[in-house]
This record gives sequence, C-alpha cells and structure tokens, in this order.
Amino acid sequence: MMLRTKSGARVLGEMAVQCKLGVCACYPITPTTALTNELNKYYANGKIPEYITVESEFAALSALQGASAAGSRTFSTTGGQGLLLMHEVLFATAGMRLPVVMLVGNRAVSSPLNIWNDEQDTISQRDSGWIQIYCKNNQEAVDALPQAFYVAEKTLIPVMVCVDGHYLTHSVQQVDVVDEKKVHAYLPDYKYPLKLDPKNPVSLGVYANPTHYQDFRMDLVKDMLNSKEILKEAGEKWGKVSGRSYGLINEYKTKDADRIIMGLGSVMDNVFTVVDELREKGEKVGALHLRVYRPFPTEELAKALKGKKVGVIDRAISIGGEAPLYLEMLSALNGSGAEISSFYGGLGGRGVRRDHIKELFEKMKKGPVKEWITKEPPKAAMKG
Amino acid sequence: MIIPHAKPGTATENLTGEWKAYMPLVDGDKCIKCGICQNFCPEGIMGVVKKIPEIDYDYCKGCSICANECPVKCIKMERVDDA
Repeated sequence: MMLRTKSGARVLGEMAVQCKLGVCACYPITPTTALTNELNKYYANGKIPEYITVESEFAALSALQGASAAGSRTFSTTGGQGLLLMHEVLFATAGMRLPVVMLVGNRAVSSPLNIWNDEQDTISQRDSGWIQIYCKNNQEAVDALPQAFYVAEKTLIPVMVCVDGHYLTHSVQQVDVVDEKKVHAYLPDYKYPLKLDPKNPVSLGVYANPTHYQDFRMDLVKDMLNSKEILKEAGEKWGKVSGRSYGLINEYKTKDADRIIMGLGSVMDNVFTVVDELREKGEKVGALHLRVYRPFPTEELAKALKGKKVGVIDRAISIGGEAPLYLEMLSALNGSGAEISSFYGGLGGRGVRRDHIKELFEKMKKGPVKEWITKEPPKAAMKG
Repeated sequence: MIIPHAKPGTATENLTGEWKAYMPLVDGDKCIKCGICQNFCPEGIMGVVKKIPEIDYDYCKGCSICANECPVKCIKMERVDDA
C-alpha cells in the first residue's frame, strides 16, 4: 500500500505518469488546471517524453490524434467548455479508432458561466463514440486510469474518465497509488496496428462514400457493445493487482432493498452513506453507482433492478426532454416491473446533500415521481 | 474491428464518373485538334493534346467546361439516362 493524502488533481497526475505516457497535450481549464500543472512538472522532470503546448482544447485533442496514430500512448485533460470545444474532434478520434485517454473534470456548461460541478459536459458527449467511466471518489478515479489505457488499447476505442470537478479534483482524500512496477506489469506497451510510417504510408480519417460510411459506424457500435467484456476483464485484473476490482455497475445493499437510488459520480458516495444511515433505522434501501455509462450496461441494470423502486439522479438535463439517464433507464428496465422516479438538479455546484437524499428515499415510497431536486439555494451561499 | 484508412493511390477506385448528369460527346469530324478542351479539363481525362479527345468516362464528372471552351463547338453534352 502506497497511501497518499493529496488533492485529486495531484494524485491523478501521479498515477497518469505511472502509466508510461508518451505524449500529453492539454489546454488548462478549471477544474483540472492543477492536473495540467502536474503533467507539466513531470514533463520538466523528464517523466513524460513529450508535452505539446497548444492554443485550444480543439488543438490539444487534434495533436493527440497524430501522436496516437504515430504509436504513442496519449493523455489529455479538460472539462466543461473545453470538452465542448473538442466536440468535433471527439467524434473523429473515435471514428479513427485512436485509443486516446482523457480525464474530464466535470463542470457546468455556460451560459451563465459557471466553474462548479455538474455532469452536463460529458453527458452531452455521450454519442461521440468514447467509452465513459464515472468515478465516485478519488480512489476510483486513480484506479480508473490504468484500466482506461488497458481498455482503450485493447478495443481501439478512446476512453473518457469522468471525475466530478471540485468535489473530487480539489478534495484531499487518502488514496492508495499502486506501485509503478505493478502498473507496468498490468499495462502492456502500446502498439497501434496501423502505425503512421513514411515507409508504409496510409491515410487516416479519410472520406467514405455512402457505399462504406455506415459499415464503419456499424462496426464501431458492435465493438463498443463488445467492449463491456474488456471493461469487466480490466476491472477484474486490476483487482488482482490492487485488491480493488471493478465492474460496470457497483451495487450497494441492493439484494433485499425495495428502494434503490442510482446515479453517476461523486453524488453516489453520499447516497451510499445515506443507505447506511437508513439501514440502521431498519429501512430496506440500496444504492447503485453506474460506473460505465458508455457502453450502457443494459442487461446488468435490468438484472439488478428488476421489480424495485428505482430513483434516478441526473445532474444533467435535456432541455425540453426527459433527464438523460432517466430516459435510458426507462428503456433498460422496460417490462421488468421496476417503478422509476426521476430526480434532476444539483446543477452548477448546487450540492446534493444527505438530507436531500433522505427526502428522495421518502418520496419514492409513494410511487414514481419526476421532479427537480436542490430547488432551494444552499443557506450558506457559495460566493464567487 | 476495422480501422478506417486508405492506402496511397486507392482514390482511383472511387469512380467519380458515376456523378455526372451530362456526358460530353465529341464530333471527331468537326474537331480541329487544338487541345483547348484537354488543357481546360479539370480532371485531365480527355486524352493527349493534338489528337481527337478520348474521354475516360469512369472519371468524367460531366462539368461541361470542354463543351463551353471548344472553339468549333464540336462537343455536345447529352443527358445521361439514369442520372
């Protein structure tokens, strides 16, 4: 055990550099500026061979496309507006099957301008063809990085590790950072099968006529769905290395529960705590952390939540439509007898506290509801 | 698992001639072999200068520049039936 007591951004930098990075390109943005600083520092100390300073997030990911195709292990970090500026390049990276790994510090999306946390940025990129892993706490975030490289390079699909901005990136937690040698043993060297090479030239990201275009997209969809097995394999193998194994979903006291709250990211740490508190009072409640949002683990969720009362917390909205995760749960649990409630809110840094979550469990007793949460601003108003 | 990519020279497999709605037809008797159409053709598929044009219809997109530039108007553009 190598326990560290560090902020999320700093400990993530430590783990990232242990994954034998080849090329980094980042454009600093809150809330992951500190991670960018860390990567710069490791580059200055010779731990990262190449760091490209770029003029925008669009350029950062574009630079990594070239580096990845030339056979380097590539890593970047961004969040919020930065991720939205990458939008076009995200689709291109996935379409070219380049295994870039990116850490996203989840941040609310402008306008109004806001640097605090919700998950609107990554949820709005769900269709881009990237695998999305959400982390409940800093330990999960640090463990997710080597797994992300493992999965990306085995499936040739890029991976986004989604970490709640400020709640995780800026919080100081005690984290076990697995020893460098063990990480190297877990993670084989990166080899891109179609390495860019002047002696054997190929063009990537070229034009495809109607005769071919859809075939490539269908192939990507098939591989994305098949990547569930690789994600499970990566989680289990990591368990052998670190003692902490991971699956697509994380069930907590769900077996005998009648009411279960599920969601993504750091809010679930609070829900897990509330489950413990309510269990002490004899209430049969449970929680489910959806760790992998893309590919969506439909079968696993249907099995875990069959016939239960399910509350879905969304910290992202679809303006003029249903909340994104709720909508997918309606589809995944269709015909399973589950009663699904939708709770959406917690936007722009409005914290979902334990007393909020207790209220949600109370509301779910009566039947399915669909409503905003955290409608009142916090009493100790956040300044700045 | 497919990585979409192209090897050098493979663009020739893309028969852009399928795009045309009008095809140029040359009247060899009227042609004065001036070479203007061959020089103006953006695809370079009208054969050798100073000879009667031999058009490669696999790559002719039917742009009509040759017919427009011909000083003796010996090229006519004819509607392609399945266009």
